[in-house]
Amino acid sequence: MLRKAFAFAALGLALMAGPALSATTEAEPRDVHWSFEGPLGKFDKAQLQRGYKVYREVCSACHAMNQMYFRNLGQKGGPFYDEKYKNPNDNPYVKSLAKDIQIKDIDQDTGDAITRPGGTADRFPAPFPNEPAARASNGGALPPDLSVIAKAREGGTAYLYSILTGFHAPPAGMTVPPGKYYNPYMPGDMSSFWKGPKDKVPVGGFIAMPPPLAPGKVTFDDGSPSTVAQQAKDVSAFLAWAAEPKMEERKQFGLGAMIYLLGFSILLWFSYKRIWRNVAH
Amino acid sequence: MSGHSTYEPKTGFERWLDTRLPIIRFASDTIVSFPTPKNLNYWWTFGGILALMLGIQIVSGIILAMHYVPHVDHAFDSVQRIKRDVNFGWLIQGMHANGASMFFLAVYVHMFRNLYYGSYKAPREVLWILGCVIYLLMIGTAFFGYVLPWGQMSFHGAVVITNLIGAIPLVGPAITTWLWGGFAVDNPTLNRFFSLHYLLPFMIAGVVGLHIWALHVPGNNNPTGVNVSSPDDTVPFHPYYTVKDGFAISVFLILYATFVFYLPDALGDAANYIQANPLVTPAHIVPEWYLLPFYAILRAVPNKLMGVILMFGAIATLFVLPWLDTSKVRSMRYRPTIRLYFFLFALDCIILGFCGAHAPDDMVIPGVAGLQLGDANLNSFVWLSRIAALYYFVYFWVINPLMGLTETPLPVPQSISAPVLSHPATTPTGAVASPEKRG
Repeated sequence: MLRKAFAFAALGLALMAGPALSATTEAEPRDVHWSFEGPLGKFDKAQLQRGYKVYREVCSACHAMNQMYFRNLGQKGGPFYDEKYKNPNDNPYVKSLAKDIQIKDIDQDTGDAITRPGGTADRFPAPFPNEPAARASNGGALPPDLSVIAKAREGGTAYLYSILTGFHAPPAGMTVPPGKYYNPYMPGDMSSFWKGPKDKVPVGGFIAMPPPLAPGKVTFDDGSPSTVAQQAKDVSAFLAWAAEPKMEERKQFGLGAMIYLLGFSILLWFSYKRIWRNVAH
Repeated sequence: MSGHSTYEPKTGFERWLDTRLPIIRFASDTIVSFPTPKNLNYWWTFGGILALMLGIQIVSGIILAMHYVPHVDHAFDSVQRIKRDVNFGWLIQGMHANGASMFFLAVYVHMFRNLYYGSYKAPREVLWILGCVIYLLMIGTAFFGYVLPWGQMSFHGAVVITNLIGAIPLVGPAITTWLWGGFAVDNPTLNRFFSLHYLLPFMIAGVVGLHIWALHVPGNNNPTGVNVSSPDDTVPFHPYYTVKDGFAISVFLILYATFVFYLPDALGDAANYIQANPLVTPAHIVPEWYLLPFYAILRAVPNKLMGVILMFGAIATLFVLPWLDTSKVRSMRYRPTIRLYFFLFALDCIILGFCGAHAPDDMVIPGVAGLQLGDANLNSFVWLSRIAALYYFVYFWVINPLMGLTETPLPVPQSISAPVLSHPATTPTGAVASPEKRG
């Protein structure tokens, strides 16, 4: 296996005997506007709250978020941050969200396995106890952890949104294997599943996840229309926040650092001009 | 360091210390009174920038090591924990990861400046070789460091690079196993890489000390390449170059901060946000941008051992450059012919970088069928890397020795202060180069 890995590095001449006929393709992610784009962009709190609801009610059935704790929901920049409760562990709303979830634990008196209502210090529970269990329940495919998924895919948040809204019926001439779904935004190579003209192989690939969203699947508390596009957009924004909860802090700090460095550079430039004024060089 | 001390102890304590440990004299001679050519341009500020980057990497790295867990089960999560829960961890980790890129950016500018102005030539060969040693140590440090977050690219990059050792005939596989601490890249590998990643920067710092020592004996080269001939040619390092370097450092920090605060992941690979999985190989294993040219040279050769030899040969070549260049004129300002080859070489290195980033089979010009030549299509990155790798070696081993013997350099100014001759554009017609400086 390791030799195989090396083969790529050493150019893999064997693979080069003929020009490659097949290649991985995918459609360009859809162009979406996000509130958190750009050097001053911030997360839309209401959107993050809706996104959390989509994750909790839909995604969390299969996908873990091992880096996330309930307290994160109430920290500064988080979906449920409240000025009154600087310490997210005191935030009653976050506490009640955690309490809704049952957490596996060990009874400290008897050592028996128990479940108890969650607290703010608890990690988001994983839907499956281990990888084989996750695969067994998903036709052999492993639902990836979503903690940093927005950073772990080329195209980032736009890619997530495109995948979630990109499911559609496969074009005529494509054989879809059982348990797989066609999605043009998924990287893949369709040439061996395609009966149509060789130069018109559809872009995209197969994904083992069935279309997870449907109109009305999640009821938004703020009355936002529960369309697939809305759900996808909100949950993608939530995943972007989860991948980097300190993004707002980073940009805010950066603004100060930039202003400081710019001012410092200007001062140094004038110092330089003054010190060198009598030296011909 | 160079025996021209102008330091005079002013207080009683300074006099007392000066006869016991002349450390203030040392500092004064090194960074205050050190006579520096007055015509150094901004390309000369990168030495100071590099010293600062080394400092930033060491300090941020020591803090990261307080929170990082070098274990295959915890390394990936511990980096996330640093970014999420450690106070300003996102900043320290961002500075360290992007700092590596900035460090290499600065070192490449520093090296190309060296090549252009002939700073590696006598009497600065040892200075140049020490610089090459630093560069080699930097490559090692960067490689070990990239493995530590234990993402997909970390792991598979480590597999690819450690397997190169296996190309050595007879003993290669045994050495690889010894380096891994097992039969695959695994926890022992991660542990020793962490240890070495912590060690090498201090070795770099030591060699930097020697590098500065070796700089202070002959003194700085300068854009004209002409030796300092009188005190009029120089200014004291402080305040003249502390302020000029300071300005350049501050501007460089703006670039650095742009990446840390606004593009923290732009130079990284998305696959490294996926925890290492030995059973899933990423479609394209690529090193960080600063090692791509060497990766392209490695892959340009069909034979594994030859690829490894050429890749290391590309770096080894740098060590002997002072003896490959036969010209007696240092600065390329006065060597118009080789200057063209130099710019072509700089372009060549960028092309090699692009080759390293692409899959070998990818078409260079999309849509053009191209000829099948030997084992690969002429319009593929395979052939482009071969041509570019060839030029890399030809530039050093053929063009440099030949050019010094055949070219006619432009007239070189008599001294740094000679203003009319300070730049070829202002050279009066009929001026003759000093014949003794002809190559």
